[in-house]
Amino acid sequence: MDIKVRYFASLRDRMGRAEDQVSLDGDKVTVADLWSKVSDEPIAENILVAVNMEYTDTSHELKNGDEVAFFPPVTGG
Amino acid sequence: MKVAITKEPLDPYKEVVAYEREALPPGKHGGVVIFVGTMRDFNDGENVRSMNLDHYPGMTERHIERVCQEAMDEWDVMDTLVVHRVGEMVPTDPIVLVAVWSAHRKDSFDACRYIINYLKERAPFWKCEITTEGKKHWVEHNSEDPGVAQRKLQKTA
Repeated sequence: MDIKVRYFASLRDRMGRAEDQVSLDGDKVTVADLWSKVSDEPIAENILVAVNMEYTDTSHELKNGDEVAFFPPVTGG
Repeated sequence: MKVAITKEPLDPYKEVVAYEREALPPGKHGGVVIFVGTMRDFNDGENVRSMNLDHYPGMTERHIERVCQEAMDEWDVMDTLVVHRVGEMVPTDPIVLVAVWSAHRKDSFDACRYIINYLKERAPFWKCEITTEGKKHWVEHNSEDPGVAQRKLQKTA
């Protein structure tokens, strides 16, 4: 399956890029599996996850075409 | 209901007057409660020269609209307007406007507070400050919220 991955704010700076296009094989592929493809480091405790613009967590199972975003706590308003 | 994200300077009071003329039936509302968030020239003890506000286009609007809809479901509210700046700004610039119209004041006070609190908690914006010494740093969390509520969001969303 093909997944678009986006990074925002301080995490984008740390990753050195704003997005990735990732191909994953197999079924029951989770956000945690995806993270291990894009980074050698464990996901930081405060990082938030959204799949298709809805908040979720790293156990979320992905499907082809999903857009996954990783970002630090939000600071708007 | 209107939600807008803008790179342009924001004049919140003009926005309120213009939206009220355009969208509210005359003579039906008893009041409008307005919250305007502005940029400070200090944060965490450092002097701030300017700020860049980043956001996640699409997700931001979706989550602000949802918060406004929740407020309209909970209280007897006639209409809501939210305008949020992104991009470069300097101290004293308005960052966010929340305006809520209702027949009676209690509903608009309560709904306005709900909208700004949950916007700050859920809407994907990030502040990056430039200090007067030229240092850039990302604001790690909003002052009212140590981040705990956002972790809970993942479980309840």
